Amino acid sequence: MRATCVNMVYELAKRDQRALFVGSDLSPGLLDKMRQEMPERWYMEGITEANVIGMAAGFAMEGYIPYVNTIATFITRRCYEQVAVDLCLHDLPVRLIANGGGLVYAPLGPTHLAIEDIAIMRALPNMTVTAVSDAKEMVRLMNCTLDWPHPIYIRLAKGGDPVVSREENGFAIGKAIPMRRARSRRSVVLLSTGVMTTSCLGAAELLAKDGVDVSVVHFHTIKPLDEEAVLEFAHDARLVATVEEGTVIGGFGSAVTDLLVEKLGAALPPLMRIGLPDAFPRKYGLQEDLFEVYGLSAEQIAAAVGQSAKREKVA
Amino acid sequence: MAVRAEAASLTVASPPLDERSKYLPRLVVRALEGGERGHVGSSMSLVEIMRVLYDDILRYRPQEPKWSERDRMILSKGHGCIALYVMLADKGFIPLETLDTFCRRDSILGGHPEAAKVPGVEASTGALGHGLSYGVGMALAARIEKRDSRIIVVMGDGEINEGSVWEAALCAGKHKLSNLTAVIDYNKIQSAGPTREIQDLEPLLDKWQAFNFAAVDVDGHDVSALRNVFRSLPLAADRPSAIICHTVKGKGIAFAEHDANWHHKSKIANDVVAKLYAALE
Repeated sequence: MRATCVNMVYELAKRDQRALFVGSDLSPGLLDKMRQEMPERWYMEGITEANVIGMAAGFAMEGYIPYVNTIATFITRRCYEQVAVDLCLHDLPVRLIANGGGLVYAPLGPTHLAIEDIAIMRALPNMTVTAVSDAKEMVRLMNCTLDWPHPIYIRLAKGGDPVVSREENGFAIGKAIPMRRARSRRSVVLLSTGVMTTSCLGAAELLAKDGVDVSVVHFHTIKPLDEEAVLEFAHDARLVATVEEGTVIGGFGSAVTDLLVEKLGAALPPLMRIGLPDAFPRKYGLQEDLFEVYGLSAEQIAAAVGQSAKREKVA
Repeated sequence: MAVRAEAASLTVASPPLDERSKYLPRLVVRALEGGERGHVGSSMSLVEIMRVLYDDILRYRPQEPKWSERDRMILSKGHGCIALYVMLADKGFIPLETLDTFCRRDSILGGHPEAAKVPGVEASTGALGHGLSYGVGMALAARIEKRDSRIIVVMGDGEINEGSVWEAALCAGKHKLSNLTAVIDYNKIQSAGPTREIQDLEPLLDKWQAFNFAAVDVDGHDVSALRNVFRSLPLAADRPSAIICHTVKGKGIAFAEHDANWHHKSKIANDVVAKLYAALE
């Protein structure tokens, strides 16, 4: 997904003179071909996140579409004021490509784990927040980025992620994609973002074996939230569970529950938010290890949702 | 009073202010009167810098503020915006009467300038340390397009405490952006007191030179000296320029000069307005 994303920057730059790349201090040789072919639109500016964001803003004020790339925690936490003021206040078409969203950098510890990126990015006016499920979907997203007039946060997964997205489902920023539809109206609904959609599809399979009818809806765009899709699937649901690789405070699950509380009132379905707790991760290992620590594997999601659904049925 | 004594020792001996340098501060007071508040000292120290830029240096079209060939002037120390608003009014970007609405609920003129609201304002500033990076991006864009626009970023001395300024300076030096000029309004007093006590910037000229800028000191109230230095831009053909303007906080208002207490004032009543006008007689 990561390689696909940066390679797409080069492809888009070939298509459109406005597109350019600004990195901080990334892998040697990154986008070398682009650097050679269009040196005036390829920049590697060192570990200066505040400057990189401001510089991209300056370019965008002149009509360019800068794609800024660095590690997710640094492109969000380190230069939050620049993202807020330079990009969001000016509402500029700068794209933030965030390496290692969520728990990708598990072995590197909490300084590198972007657990609240979705929450803090979605709190900013004018910001669009995305987390696609796989490399194929990344291509579809990137193809939309030339014409989207607002800043976009593009959260990257680890790379080599299983491809679950499908061409025939189409792609539009802000439009959720139903990945699996339950047969009955009073079903369990899993709403997910990023690679958690893959885990949710796995969980849905497991639940189906236990006779639990499940819908899975993928939100590659967290903001603007596809409210219509949330309401359509939540209506009459036996249980709505949101699943994300990020803190449950202010993230995707919060966006969904805020909407449901506001729109459905007394008709609110049982809700469950699955994500990271309000704590810095204390373990290392692999991303998958941390998924297990936090109950984000397909099996754990199925178990948690299954139990909850059972309770709701009894109630 | 220690604040005044310390800063006064750094003051340059500027030539007396001419009629235009008395007229423009009166417009600043007009805005302060309208808003009953504002950054008095921070605006007054900027008046001659803004005057020379808009009277003699910058290329612009007031009726076509987004003209692509214009020079870009970013007031990175956004709190000094009254000095900019005054020039925009004087040059016809906005009506003079708009100054009376400063900071009022429906005004386009806020306590910090917003690009989306005010014709002629390049970027929304107020949070400090952002402007030089915008300038780097704009200067690189001009280079790509082979456009001879100059990019001028005006910063405060307190502002350059921000690390982001020095990140941007590294970047500008690396790219040898001779179309980019950093201007420092070095009035030597930041909000909390003298820069020498709060966060000493010296040796300031050496710092900019060490970041690969061609740097020069100038009396920031000497109109003729300012003209000369701005007309000589770029100071070097293969480097960005830095112009350190030695200024006086609250310049022209005798009782406010060098006084950190006049950095910003709120609840400016009629009697204070009268005193400000009187001081400019």
